[in-house]
This record gives sequence, structure tokens and C-alpha cells, in this order.
Amino acid sequence: MRATVLVRPKAGIRDPQGQAVESSLRHLGFPVSEARVGRLIDVDVDAPTSADARAQIERMCESLLANPLIESYEIELDG
Amino acid sequence: MAEVTKPRVGILVFPGSNDDRDAAWALTALGADPVMVWHAEPQLPEVGAVVLPGGFSYGDYLRCGAIARFAPAMRAVAEFAAAGGPVLGICNGFQILCEAGLLPGALRANESLSFVCEDVEVRVERDDIPLLARCSVGDRLVVPVKHGEGCFFAPPELLAELEAEGQIVLRYLEGTNPNGSAADVAGVCNRTGNVMGLMPHPEHAVDPLLGSGDGALLLAGLVDAAREGSLATAS
Repeated sequence: MRATVLVRPKAGIRDPQGQAVESSLRHLGFPVSEARVGRLIDVDVDAPTSADARAQIERMCESLLANPLIESYEIELDG
Repeated sequence: MAEVTKPRVGILVFPGSNDDRDAAWALTALGADPVMVWHAEPQLPEVGAVVLPGGFSYGDYLRCGAIARFAPAMRAVAEFAAAGGPVLGICNGFQILCEAGLLPGALRANESLSFVCEDVEVRVERDDIPLLARCSVGDRLVVPVKHGEGCFFAPPELLAELEAEGQIVLRYLEGTNPNGSAADVAGVCNRTGNVMGLMPHPEHAVDPLLGSGDGALLLAGLVDAAREGSLATAS
């Protein structure tokens, strides 16, 4: 089963990368008020059910894919 | 006269470590016997202290230190630390210790987004832990930093706890913070004071010829602790 994991800097945590992107977009003339930069990870996982896949990926996020102190994550299962 | 055995200090070597030999050179200069420990080793050799050196372990993939934390040798380091063994993480080593949960907080991209490479001045905030026993509170040490991800972060409640518990052991002098670290944190220790991490590189500052000898004060504490640890094991 394929899943996409979105990892973002937690709300309220300063994101200097996002700020740099935001200011560049403004320089280009886009009316941007905020940009945040995160990470996207596609994972193929062997799992009998989507509930099982989600549980496995949550464990992956907690132990490796995200640092819970500074990042939040969101799991999107395909199909 | 009885032969004096040099205290053995283990230096972890990950793929991508690049200050491991500098650490070995500095520790040798300070009278220790450094032992390189490859990351895949499941056990530590007999050592009185451990150093996690600077560099870019596993290419800094995902997050700095995130992959290194799963190295077999890190399990051995966690056991060594839990038994009270002195552990020092420098730069990438500090990042690894945070990712491994052996030290509190996290290290993020510098606020400026630029790599910083310069001498900084840090203030010693504790001198009652073994690794800082050669320093005195208030000492100002000149030590170089060179990192892109050295911005220490802890949520407000954790930061308050670290302040209250005296776990912030080194701070950049006010107005000289090179990376945007919360509370000017340059180094922290764990609750029990035997594990410490810092972004500046003491191993690059052990001889005035290199611009500063102040790093020797930091590493000599580790060598002392390694010597005492070995004596305790021997007796």
C-alpha cells in the first residue's frame, strides 16, 4: 500500500526556510502572507488493511520520519 | 615507578563523521588514549568516556543525527550513559544525542539559513559536572563553531525546565549568538550531568597556535572523567 507522509514544522515554530521562500515570492510580486517549508515522503508498505498501514506509518513517523518536538505529520493513504 | 595507564576514550565513527581524527589528536595531546569505534560495532570497547564527534553522519539525510541514532554502537552508548558513563557530543554528536533522546531539545537550521564558521565566545554556566570540572562558572571560552543546523530549540515549558534544573551549561555571550538558539544555548547536559552536548568544537581549540587553547579546558574534564571511570572499574 502506498502512502504519502507530509512532515511540517509545528505551528508556532519559526521556519526560516519558509520565511526565505515567502520573501522571495513577494519579490516576484505574489501577494503571499506566509510560506512554510516541510518535507514529503512517499512510502510503500506491506499491510493487509489500510488501518494496519496507517498504524505502521504512524510508528514510522514517531520513531524516525518526524521529530515530534519540532514537527507535525500527516498521513495520506492512496486507495 | 608504576606505569601510568592513559585513560581510554572511545570516539564513535559514523559514515560522514569528519572531526573524529581531530578529536583523537586533541585527546592524545591531553594525555588520553583515543579508541576509534565504528558505528556498526554492537559493543563499546573498554573505555572510560565516549565522544560523538562532529561531521555529517549519514549525509545528514532526513534530519541531522536522525539516522545515526539507530547505529548499533549508539545502543551501546545509551547503555554506557545510563550506567553513568561520561559522554560528550560535539556538533553533529550533539545533534545525534538530541535525536536519540539522551539530551533534551532539538537542533534546527540556523536562523540566518547560512552556514556559520567563526570563533565564538561561550560562557560557562555550570562547573559542578565532571565534564566542566576544569572550568569555573563565568569563564568565557573562545571556541570555533562551524555548522548549518545549530539553532537549539526547546518548547517554552522544556526550556523553563532546563533553566530550573541547570541543564544549560554553556551559552553564547549575549549579542553574539551565531545561529538563533533559544536562550543563547551553546551546550546542554542531561539531568544526571554525565551526558553533555555542545555546538562549538573544543577539539579545534586545544592549542594557541590554532587561535585558542580554551577547548582544552572542556576536553580535559572529559579526560579526567575517563581516568576516574577507569580507576573506579579497576578498583
